Amino acid sequence: MVDVVLWGSLRPFADGQEIVSVEAATVGDVLAGLVAAHPGLKPQIDAGVSVAVDGRIISSALGEPVRPDSEVVLMQRLKGG
Amino acid sequence: MALDDAATREFKVVGTRPVRPDGVDKVTGRARFGADAYAPGMLHGAILRSPHAHARILRLDTAAAKAAPGVKAVVTRKDFAEGQTGENWNVLENIMADGKVLYDGHAVAAVAATSVFAARDALKRIVVDYEILPHVTDVDEAMTAGAPVIRGGTADNSVPDSMHPNVVRFHENGHGDVAAGFAEADLVLEESFRTEATHQGYIEPHACLAQLGPDGKGELWCCTQGHFVAAKTCASLLGIDASQLRVTASEIGGGFGGKTTVFIEPVALALSRKANRPVKIVMDRTEVFRATGPTSSASMDVKIGMTRDGRITAGEGSFRLQGGAFPGAPMEFTAMCAFAPYNLDNIRASAWDVMCNRPKQAAYRAPGSPMAAFAVESVIDELCNRLGLDPIEVRLKNASREGTRAAFGPRFQRIGLVETLEAAQAHPHYTAPLGPNQGRGVSCGFWFNHAGETAVSLALAEDGTVSLSVGTPDIGGSRASMCQMAAEALGISYDKVRTTVADTATLGYNDVSHGSRVTYASGLATIRAAEDTIEKLCARAAAQWGIDREAVVWEDGCARPSGPNAGDFEPLSLAKIASRMGRTGGPIVGHYEATPEGAGVSFATHLVDAAVDPETGATKVIRYTVVQDAGKAIHPSYVEGQYQGGAAQGIGWALNEEYVYGEDGRLQNPGFLDYRIPVASDLPMIDTVIVEVPNPGHPYGVRGVGETSICPPLAAIANAVSNAAGVRLRELPMSPPRILAALDAAQTDSG
Repeated sequence: MVDVVLWGSLRPFADGQEIVSVEAATVGDVLAGLVAAHPGLKPQIDAGVSVAVDGRIISSALGEPVRPDSEVVLMQRLKGG
Repeated sequence: MALDDAATREFKVVGTRPVRPDGVDKVTGRARFGADAYAPGMLHGAILRSPHAHARILRLDTAAAKAAPGVKAVVTRKDFAEGQTGENWNVLENIMADGKVLYDGHAVAAVAATSVFAARDALKRIVVDYEILPHVTDVDEAMTAGAPVIRGGTADNSVPDSMHPNVVRFHENGHGDVAAGFAEADLVLEESFRTEATHQGYIEPHACLAQLGPDGKGELWCCTQGHFVAAKTCASLLGIDASQLRVTASEIGGGFGGKTTVFIEPVALALSRKANRPVKIVMDRTEVFRATGPTSSASMDVKIGMTRDGRITAGEGSFRLQGGAFPGAPMEFTAMCAFAPYNLDNIRASAWDVMCNRPKQAAYRAPGSPMAAFAVESVIDELCNRLGLDPIEVRLKNASREGTRAAFGPRFQRIGLVETLEAAQAHPHYTAPLGPNQGRGVSCGFWFNHAGETAVSLALAEDGTVSLSVGTPDIGGSRASMCQMAAEALGISYDKVRTTVADTATLGYNDVSHGSRVTYASGLATIRAAEDTIEKLCARAAAQWGIDREAVVWEDGCARPSGPNAGDFEPLSLAKIASRMGRTGGPIVGHYEATPEGAGVSFATHLVDAAVDPETGATKVIRYTVVQDAGKAIHPSYVEGQYQGGAAQGIGWALNEEYVYGEDGRLQNPGFLDYRIPVASDLPMIDTVIVEVPNPGHPYGVRGVGETSICPPLAAIANAVSNAAGVRLRELPMSPPRILAALDAAQTDSG
């Protein structure tokens, strides 16, 4: 299982939890696992998110690997000027 | 995708300052910008815009315009494709109103005619009957009960039901227990701040030339930061296939984020399709101000606790940003960046995206971050003043480092904030004497940086020169940097490489030139494409020598035999192999297509000295130093230019620039006479210090530099001005009337 940290305003959609554990080997699995566990997260995830894995911010690559001991943090999708 | 060997590598081309490849074209007028395109039979387009901030369209009659002399086509909303969703719907709604106008300058209809004058004359013949509706242009007012509802039902599920319908998104992040943190502090300050919307202020107005036939095949020439996304968006809005629309990016006269979306391009295409002739549209400056994206304005409350020895015990912020009459104000980045420079146990940042009757905001260098720094760094400065602490020592004591858990969640990888603070502390600026009515300000700033989809192609010519095609418009000198990285990787000289921004039919999809991503992502792709080319060159050499590929290495621009059984052959240079490539297997082209995921975050520290005239309230920035981590500066002159440009734009934002709305909701200052950006005489010489803490996610260690430089200026200047004036300035711009009012208020309070 991989522990995923949610940002504060997502927690109401995950029964108030800051950390949600999902079965995941990739970033794509993380996102799918979150939606499966807490369907209320789907609109925010569909709107676009990044996933930080051990401090490395993954903007789009769903195939990036995650390990059970990875620090995984869900972030807003990044863009810039 | 790890850092190859940047820490130990001896660079030959990277880090030098060759002559920029676009310089001669630009100073001689040979460069072709958006408005420089012409086509046989070309028509000229013009757009009718709403004079009202908020109104229902009761009648829109274009018959007289269609009958006007020279007019070949008129389009309204019904000429665009239906069924748009998400951001495409917002873009369509922004470029052509449907039933309701949402801000002063909102497009209502467009005309194509045989001359610009004929088109503009025809606009006057379009009849629009409006029912004027109540409007709101202030972010705090827009959130209050009773504020006019701009578009109900827009809010996403993050917004509590109790909020006004103009509040459309909510974000919160942080960790720890802020109440406990504040209880630990010796001094807690809570203050409120406001910033006004500012425009990116690029020199070149939006311009395009479009041709779209009834067969759905089209061409578009436009000044843009992202021609691939322009193609994708326009195709959707016109209901055509993306691959049937070839888009070429012109030379660009500045973007700063404001040219990452489309405004006139779909309109020109719709007019062209209707007239079956090419249509050119060039915005005038008034249109640029009224109808293209400024940045968001913000209203913010920040509370910070600090111990007597300068340790920050907790930080809390509420950030309210308006992004015009559409969702999208970058409030989440405001919340995420606000406390990023500091290693805090207790943080909470909350942010709201609010709609107002203003133009749709567009990105502007590090969207959302500069205002966050203004609020947070102002409070830190005030805490330092009241506790008698050195502002750089306090920042060093609390600085984020490798392993720090950022306010937005993850732990930082290797970062260079401390190095920027130490360099600022050691800079002569920090100890230079100040005169009467002068003050010094310090601020840190943070930006994420971005990578995005990237594709490049690197082709060899028979004479041994290299043609590099990239898909990212050059908005900051990237063609020079790409040439340098290609030359470095291939082991050839800079002048043997030419970089071209290729059109959308030539390369795979490329994300926009935004997010400080180009030198990072296109640079990484260029290096990998060069390595792909080298692989092919070595294979040709191996075949010529009759040895295994593994027995060939590439050194100093030549293939060489390597290893005990490789044999003894004369090295083969790139030029020599290329000269025979037609007979040894055909053209040699290297590629790279990927979405790199290693853009390193970036920090900066700025020092500012300002003088305030207490009689007039006039402010002059007299000394400015930018210190920023570039990871690795590929072309240091361009890096310095980015640093200076961020500071210059920050000076304008801090001191003079603002969108001014009248009681009627109309923009009062849509021109450079009344919207005052800094000119050369307003600016000091801006010193720069390039710190290089390599990004582990790039082969040469590059971090993007285009945006971080605008994060600290608002705060650094505000701190300098506040220290010079002896009163805290909490609202931007710090124009002379506002400074005089603050001085008067302080005198009243003390008297």
